[in-house]
Amino acid sequence: MSGLAVEGLCVEGPAGPILQDVSFAVGPGEIVALTGESGSGKSMTALSLMRLLPEGLQQKAGRVTLGGTDLGALTERQMCRVRGARIGMVFQEPMTALNPVQTIGAQVTETLRLHAGVRRDEAEAKARDMLARVGLPEERFPLTRYPHELSGGQRQRVVIALAICQRPEVLIADEPTTALDVTTQAQILDLLRALVAEFGMGLILITHDLAVVAGMADRLVVMKDGGVVEQGATAEVLRTPREGYTRALLAASSHRPAAPPARQGTPLLQVRDVVRTYPGARAGLFGARRPVTAVDGVSLTIGQGERVGLVGESGCGKSTLTRAILGLEPVQAGSIALDGQPVEAVRGRIQVVFQDPYGSFNPRHRVRRLVSEPFHLLPRRPGTREGAARVAEALEAVGLRASDSGRYIHEFSGGQRQRIAMARALILRPDLIVLDEAVSALDVSVRARILDLLSDLSARLGLAYLFISHDLAVVRGVTERVLVMKAGRIVEEGATEAVFAAPRHPYTAELIAAAPVLPDWTAREESA
Amino acid sequence: MGGGARPTMMRYLLRRTAILIASLAVASVLIFAVIEIVPGDPATTMLGINARPDTVAALREELGLGRSAPVRYLDWVGGMLRGDFGTSYTYRTPVAGMIADRLWVSLPLALIALALSTAIAFPAGIYAAARRGRAGDAGVTLATQAGIAVPNFWFAMILVLVFSINLGWFGAGGFPGWGAGPWPALKALVLPAVALALPQAAILTRVMRSALIETLGEDYIRTARAKGLTRGQAIRRHALRNALIPVLTILGLQFAFLLAGGIIIEQVFYLPGLGRLIFQAISARDLIVVESVVMLLVFAVILVNFLVDLAYAAVDPRLRAR
Repeated sequence: MSGLAVEGLCVEGPAGPILQDVSFAVGPGEIVALTGESGSGKSMTALSLMRLLPEGLQQKAGRVTLGGTDLGALTERQMCRVRGARIGMVFQEPMTALNPVQTIGAQVTETLRLHAGVRRDEAEAKARDMLARVGLPEERFPLTRYPHELSGGQRQRVVIALAICQRPEVLIADEPTTALDVTTQAQILDLLRALVAEFGMGLILITHDLAVVAGMADRLVVMKDGGVVEQGATAEVLRTPREGYTRALLAASSHRPAAPPARQGTPLLQVRDVVRTYPGARAGLFGARRPVTAVDGVSLTIGQGERVGLVGESGCGKSTLTRAILGLEPVQAGSIALDGQPVEAVRGRIQVVFQDPYGSFNPRHRVRRLVSEPFHLLPRRPGTREGAARVAEALEAVGLRASDSGRYIHEFSGGQRQRIAMARALILRPDLIVLDEAVSALDVSVRARILDLLSDLSARLGLAYLFISHDLAVVRGVTERVLVMKAGRIVEEGATEAVFAAPRHPYTAELIAAAPVLPDWTAREESA
Repeated sequence: MGGGARPTMMRYLLRRTAILIASLAVASVLIFAVIEIVPGDPATTMLGINARPDTVAALREELGLGRSAPVRYLDWVGGMLRGDFGTSYTYRTPVAGMIADRLWVSLPLALIALALSTAIAFPAGIYAAARRGRAGDAGVTLATQAGIAVPNFWFAMILVLVFSINLGWFGAGGFPGWGAGPWPALKALVLPAVALALPQAAILTRVMRSALIETLGEDYIRTARAKGLTRGQAIRRHALRNALIPVLTILGLQFAFLLAGGIIIEQVFYLPGLGRLIFQAISARDLIVVESVVMLLVFAVILVNFLVDLAYAAVDPRLRAR
């Protein structure tokens, strides 16, 4: 048969089974999505199809056939001729997927020369065609470009070009757009869809995002703990999921926490005409550095207890503005005040939770010490007993136990770590918490619970949030008011529902149009 | 971004050259200050505190110490630029000639040692990294452990014992000079170069191994494998060049050390090299020689750093923009 078929795939690692009895098939021109939460075995399935499992993992049972060839029966040398020629693969992180010291031309021609054995000039001509096909025309993107001269989306196009230049029968794309902005994501997904139709290749799309699945896949395979929970035609599975796990995943994906009562509070944070510039690259050898303006005259107000969203694509100045609001960086013009006082003076009243639940804690300290870190911002450090009481209070507020304070960070899951980050932010009883992509790295079910927690804390403690995210669905679900930022400026501002329902600025409209959404029928299922 | 590869590379080159010249200027001022000004009167330093006043006065006259420090500094630097390093007080011969003689021993010795150490370290490091955690890797790691732990003069003595005394393949020491043709001279440098190279090779092997292991975990190696490259091809075509930056750094440091740091080896093999020259000059308090040799070594270190910087840029296009 043509296409790729996986039957009863089992993979074992030193700690036990990784994949258990995974079976599915991809036909020519078909898009099959593998979905599930982290640790469900999606990526391991892809790597075992390529026979590129990490050391220590072994395929114990099962058959993978590609166009009638039993891949398991091939020698490693024969398998090398399959990889890149008959199965292509695209990875999640375009920033690191390309060799930084080789030109994009060298990296695309390498695949061609390796498999087709063509001469250099032929390979280069074909590489030019391929790069043009994925949207990198020769005039603007000559083969001599290096990866660091390209943006994330452009690099992902290069990775796609080198994966498809031999016209493989099957392309595996492992979270190909997770690291990209929404508009870039939409473009890359369009490109993949067009290539599937044009080349008649099968596409295995690995993604945790059910909205992406809904918009792309013909069929859907839901995975959990290394096994297949459910599979079938996408619309059918999403409309009438048979398994409880699929239903839970769907509910979590479109979860909206109960909105705390809106408050008509007095202004808390006032940002007035803030400008932040950086020294840019030098013009010429000893020329002056031309300043780059990252934040260009931004004004915003957050009221007491108000939940405000800030959306925009990477490089728009969100992070710079955040650091300025936290008082971590000086501004060149304008003022930032909390309750009328400059932010540098009231650092303790604004706290922050960052994206990465793994990198933002010192692994050598116990939770007690991690959570009580902000105490140094106080004029007088609380005594041992008072400090312990406040740590316990903060941990309990985020749904953990006081006894967790004696444990180390590696003993906690990603979602629990984000709760600890929340506890650290809460311990000084701040008025405003800045959530910088705080739920972006979490699985949907964990994310849903953290969003509930945020909503609950806001209702109980009257906290104000500045919720920074590239995920429009989440921002829509948890904020009352939203700010849209582009190229250092706020281009649109208004009540969240109003902005989403009827965007006034074309950029906002573009962002909303690009964001994948779960179709309505799933929402109906959830409420039913 | 912006600009083609050429203007960026040109700018990088000009910038590095400017840094090279500035470093040399700063280094020369520091050396001059430390040797001629800070300790007090150089003539007294050279002759000792018990010297007769008229001897000191004569030396002061000879060294031109009556002139102001800036004038003497400019005179010294100007002389070096013309190739005139002054006259040794102890040997009464031009320092330039003495340095040149010694350089003809030390430079080939350092280059041979460096070539040997690279020739050992690259294959060994690559082999160990490719077989990480297996027997071959453990063997290489054990050997490097020994290479680092054992002092090079002990290696030197063992080499002499085995290859000179027992086998009689090489002389036990001394240097015939290049006048008798290249072979006798090269032959005299083989054992010292091996003794110098072994510990360096051990260090370099470890750096190569760990740099390569780190690179092999990178995403682009996975991309290369997914393209259909074998493990070996992925290492050769993609990992190696990316792993070179730390290796080049260590190589640069090693060359600077080998040029003058081989003093113990020079003693063991009775080689008239730079290390011995500076040792003798310091013992004899011949500040004129010390000053010039130190300046020469500093020049060598700065020049090697400059070359390493150029090598970085050749290896990694991202560095050219800096």
